[in-house]
Amino acid sequence: MNRLQQLFQEKKNILSIYYTAGYPNLGDTLAIAEELEKSGANLLEIGFPYSDPVADGPIIQASSKQALDNGMDLKLLFQQLKDLRKTVSIPVLLMGYVNPVLQFGVENFCKACAEVGVDGCIVPDLPMVEYERLYQPVFAKYGLSNIFLITPQTAADRIQKIDSLSNGFIYLLSSSATTGQNLQVSNHTEAYFSRIADLKLKNPTMIGFGISSKETFDKACEYANGAIIGSAFVKALDTSNLKGSIETFMQNFKQD
Amino acid sequence: MSYFVNEKGYYGDFGGAYIPEMLYPNVEELRQNYLKIIEDESFQKEFHQLLKDYVGRPSPLYLAKRLSKKYNANIFLKREDLNHTGAHKINNTIGQILLAERLGKKRIIAETGAGQHGVATATVCALRGLECVVYMGEVDIKRQAPNVARMKMLGAKVVPATSGSKTLKDATNEAMRDWINNPVDTHYIIGSVVGPHPYPDMVAIFQSIISEETKKQLIEQTGNDQPDYVLACVGGGSNAMGMFYHFIEDEKVKLIAVEAGGKGIDSGFSAATTALGKEGVLHGSRSILMQTPDGQVVEPHSVSAGLDYPGIGPQHAHLFKTGRGLYVSITDDESLQAGLLLTQMEGIIPAIESAHALAYLEKMTFTGKENVVVCLSGRGDKDMDTYMKYFNL
Repeated sequence: MNRLQQLFQEKKNILSIYYTAGYPNLGDTLAIAEELEKSGANLLEIGFPYSDPVADGPIIQASSKQALDNGMDLKLLFQQLKDLRKTVSIPVLLMGYVNPVLQFGVENFCKACAEVGVDGCIVPDLPMVEYERLYQPVFAKYGLSNIFLITPQTAADRIQKIDSLSNGFIYLLSSSATTGQNLQVSNHTEAYFSRIADLKLKNPTMIGFGISSKETFDKACEYANGAIIGSAFVKALDTSNLKGSIETFMQNFKQD
Repeated sequence: MSYFVNEKGYYGDFGGAYIPEMLYPNVEELRQNYLKIIEDESFQKEFHQLLKDYVGRPSPLYLAKRLSKKYNANIFLKREDLNHTGAHKINNTIGQILLAERLGKKRIIAETGAGQHGVATATVCALRGLECVVYMGEVDIKRQAPNVARMKMLGAKVVPATSGSKTLKDATNEAMRDWINNPVDTHYIIGSVVGPHPYPDMVAIFQSIISEETKKQLIEQTGNDQPDYVLACVGGGSNAMGMFYHFIEDEKVKLIAVEAGGKGIDSGFSAATTALGKEGVLHGSRSILMQTPDGQVVEPHSVSAGLDYPGIGPQHAHLFKTGRGLYVSITDDESLQAGLLLTQMEGIIPAIESAHALAYLEKMTFTGKENVVVCLSGRGDKDMDTYMKYFNL
């Protein structure tokens, strides 16, 4: 069992934070991770930047561009995470697009993840069929979880298939949309969340996209094991007071 | 060996559908329906009727006599420049708008570089009364003002893409984002043989009218439907795929794809994808693309906005890798000179895209007997500004 699987066994209302490696400054990656753990995050998703991020909204896209301009790449990211496990104990996922992974080499990528203590990956444009055909044994060899996304439009049989291939959690998109839009919990969304809950999946679920406040976080936790905050956190980062801006942001999510 | 798509959406090592889950239902809906719809008799009838009466097909296959004498071969020009809206792009947009209607879509989105595909999309939306949104890089909006005006006049909303290099690839990203955010009522008309399966196959099928007509016209004019060479320019590669389509399995016909070499392959300002690119994933399919060792997409350069794309369609990647097609490149200067030459020898001002294909004739040697077909993919009206500056007209 890896750190991720253990987390879901032990905890409810899991707060996961996404941020982009190498943003706002190239050297901030590990410092942000440490600060987030201290401030109460239960899980981290570290984004590795890509030049053409189709599923991202403007805030995360702009952070990726800045990170690339700063000089971030996968090789450097793994160097920066070399001592991750000396100071960070919560589970860490890497999130990014498939092309940088293919160029790094899938086996090299998985090996490097395992060496630095990364627990799993989210690669939204890696097709399930390709993962199953080519990469699942490599992920398994290095003990990595691969996280799949589902949306309100994902058909029931496909959700079951995703559940069978998953071994961490399933990333439930609050709507079919790019990142950075506000969660609107309508009857429609509630029906979708309930539909997923009724499927009694073997994997836990986390709700992402549109979570920006304690209120939306709590709402999401009614339907899933926790929620993921991305754009709202990236937007809140303040270059001139990184530590302070993280603390202030995370204060909002302290349990009552 | 098959040069066409297999049931999984691949051309050899290339193709597939590398898309986030948000796009899966849209792409799957297309995949399950496109062949059924296209092969339906009523679709075929309507498609061909519109190509004939609205687009003006068949486009002529013109034996360019003075050019033929100069190059010592029979040089035929497939005149896609004579289509309504001035290029081959309309063949595909007519097909896709009929398909979108049959899928019950109410809203059309598209991306455009030079504006030819945007104009072709805005045109068919006006024709069928559908809402149209065209994404175009902010930089391209400035350098292709007449086409922007055309799109607006046709009722389309032109949305500037302000991310990245503010050109075609960024417009493509924006269009994909729009599609992700509007999964139910919107159809995305991709303008080239790129994108996730089934787009490369679907667009190639619509453009294959070019080679279908060419074969018939060659029989009429030469008694033989088998030319020695066919040439076409390649950005994403839709006119080339249409020009190659019905010749692909006839290995006696040599296929020559001409990429934009820009200021020279090693100049840092080029769009010669097969020379400079590596295998990877961009805009939803595995193909060959220009990228850094870290897998970041590199900005291409070409004097022709329509060839200014860092990748090629997956079927082209397959033809290149298997050696079935010869992939070469022509510089900005060579293409502009070839454009002027055609203008002065045959009275036809070609699009600078098409002039790339023409320029490669200079590098070939002939015995006087060869039949050569060059796809004249578009007319040069949109490029007058570039021609004027280059030749001090």
